[in-house]
Amino acid sequence: MPTDISPATPPAVSADLSVTRLVKRFEKFTAVNDVSFEVERGKFFSILGPSGCGKTTLLRMIAGFGSPDSGVIAIRGRDMAGIAPNRRPANLIFQHLALFPMMSVAENVAFGLKRRGMAGGEITRRVQDVLERVGLPGYGGKMPAQLSGGQKQRVAIARCLVLEPAVLLLDEPLGALDLKLREQMKVELKTLQAEVGTTFVYITHDQSEALVMSDHVAVMNAGRFEQVDTPRNLYRRPASAFVAGFVGETNVWSGTLEEATGDAGLVRTDEGAVFRARVAAGLARGARVDMFIRPEAVLIDPDGATCVTDGATDGAGDGGDAPLPVRGPCANRVQVQVQAILFDGAASRLLTHPEGSRREVMVALPQNRLYDHIRPGDRITVGWDDRAGICFAAGSGR
Amino acid sequence: MSAAVMSSAPTRSGPGLRLTLALFLTPVVLWLGLLIVLPHIDLLIMSFRMDPSFGDQGWSLENYHQFFAEPIYWLTFVRTAGYSVLVTLLTFLVSLPVAFYVTKVVARNTSRFLLTMLLLPFWVSELVRVYGWMILLRESGVLNHWLMALGITGAPVEMLYNDATMIMGLVYTSMLFMVVPLVSVLESLDDSLIEAACDLGAGPWTIMRTIVVPHCMPGIVSGGIVVFMLTLGNYLTPNLMGGKNSLWFTEQIYNQFIASFNWNQGAAFGFLLLALSSCIIWLGLRLTGQKLSRVVQ
Repeated sequence: MPTDISPATPPAVSADLSVTRLVKRFEKFTAVNDVSFEVERGKFFSILGPSGCGKTTLLRMIAGFGSPDSGVIAIRGRDMAGIAPNRRPANLIFQHLALFPMMSVAENVAFGLKRRGMAGGEITRRVQDVLERVGLPGYGGKMPAQLSGGQKQRVAIARCLVLEPAVLLLDEPLGALDLKLREQMKVELKTLQAEVGTTFVYITHDQSEALVMSDHVAVMNAGRFEQVDTPRNLYRRPASAFVAGFVGETNVWSGTLEEATGDAGLVRTDEGAVFRARVAAGLARGARVDMFIRPEAVLIDPDGATCVTDGATDGAGDGGDAPLPVRGPCANRVQVQVQAILFDGAASRLLTHPEGSRREVMVALPQNRLYDHIRPGDRITVGWDDRAGICFAAGSGR
Repeated sequence: MSAAVMSSAPTRSGPGLRLTLALFLTPVVLWLGLLIVLPHIDLLIMSFRMDPSFGDQGWSLENYHQFFAEPIYWLTFVRTAGYSVLVTLLTFLVSLPVAFYVTKVVARNTSRFLLTMLLLPFWVSELVRVYGWMILLRESGVLNHWLMALGITGAPVEMLYNDATMIMGLVYTSMLFMVVPLVSVLESLDDSLIEAACDLGAGPWTIMRTIVVPHCMPGIVSGGIVVFMLTLGNYLTPNLMGGKNSLWFTEQIYNQFIASFNWNQGAAFGFLLLALSSCIIWLGLRLTGQKLSRVVQ
């Protein structure tokens, strides 16, 4: 149930990149299906999706490798149709970086400037400048093979940034790094982007990368954008079952809608339990639904006043009309039996089964020592707020 | 009994290994020693002696002196060297686009097919292929027939027996030895490097010059060495397509051995040619900054 994305209004001047109703087909397969979006100047925009969803095709079309079957790509208000990649004010950072192995770091960074016919002295000055900015002063003489993964990353970024592009496109550049370095580079990239103020369009299949770094994230599935929103809204208010399942971890409970008024409803699960939850638009009483509930929204031993629910909208106008939270009793409660404790530091969870059911329910296990008494086999009560779960039509997330 | 079997089996170390090594090396050593090193030593000795038909006159540099004294010899020598370098350059210029097209432009299946089509003519011997060219180009040949039929020329034009035809024939003969190493180095070139260069503002010529050619250097040099040596030592193509005008140095060697029956002079010419090819290859390696050990891989 992808949300319908209406054609974008004519690009405002502040939009560095505007994509309108873009379509790309490969024989019978539609890789990019009617995608529209805009990225404002200086923003970090991510496209998040599973492999094969068309995000790389989309990014390559923006860079100029491959032309769309229909639709418009405009960079700073200028239509890019028929403009070769070497003439576009957009630069691409490749998945495997594509540093030129036969050139030194300085020659790599100078490559684009030389193509513009800039004078030698000016090139040297700018190369030194940008290497300093990415934290690699004095590395100009080294060969790419002598650098570590993170350093290569920064050279690749410097090589593009030195050209001062309108848009910097990044094709999963952190994919090849090990976990620790990836975490570090995430923060570095975000800081660097904020510092230089260049518009970044970043594609990834790693939701954490997208959520941490971006101002806005588009979730892409099967060639379409399912939702374009701030990271917080994607997580809190997914617009489709796919987004709910793809962004963050989630438990899925299938059942039938007993009651639906506005966006609130009552779900009877296949095991017979009844829960209050939010309901996506267009679902009526009696519909088969999947209820999504995040492990971290499920509280252990809800003592009556720990649940937090939506209150009035804050009206701060900060982009997300997020309602302010208020405390209240947990609307949904269920008895579960602990099967296993999955210890993972801050991300520790309990694997539980509800009474009389084989369904697996993950419950976040906060490491604040309040729950150290829990052992596998224990019966515990868990509960969550009536706005924490969200229902979509059954099977629509696949 | 099982112990006997065990002991006769080659072991990983000790005399067993040495025996296996010796066994495998023997044919190579025999080949090199008997067929290449020994005859060359004999030829080298011969080149420093005079024609024995006038009796043994001891050691002498007369054969080498003869080469410098007679302008036709060293002029042919210089001409052969110059044309061989030219043929190598032309072969490279023709082969690079071909190899690039086969590896980077067409789809994988088409690429295999094209490579087979390139190899196919080389299953036929060089002699037959050169005769094929002669049938096309000679005065009463296919090309002349068409030119006359179309009224472009009134009388048949002799297209054989000139330098241009000979060079074209030599390029054709040695092209494959340049295309194959180029294809193999181009296959190891990551496409994203080409795309990155384009993305950074480079046009097709700049990409060729700054990315493709530097990456292909080992293949270019190894192909160049093979083509240069084959061309320098080629006898058939210059002789058939260039005729009497070809003035290829191999013909001088042939004349000394077969026509003048002066094996000592012929041997001296042979060693001069060997020295020339070694010098030019050394120079080529120095100029391109390549190492022989890397190039022959």
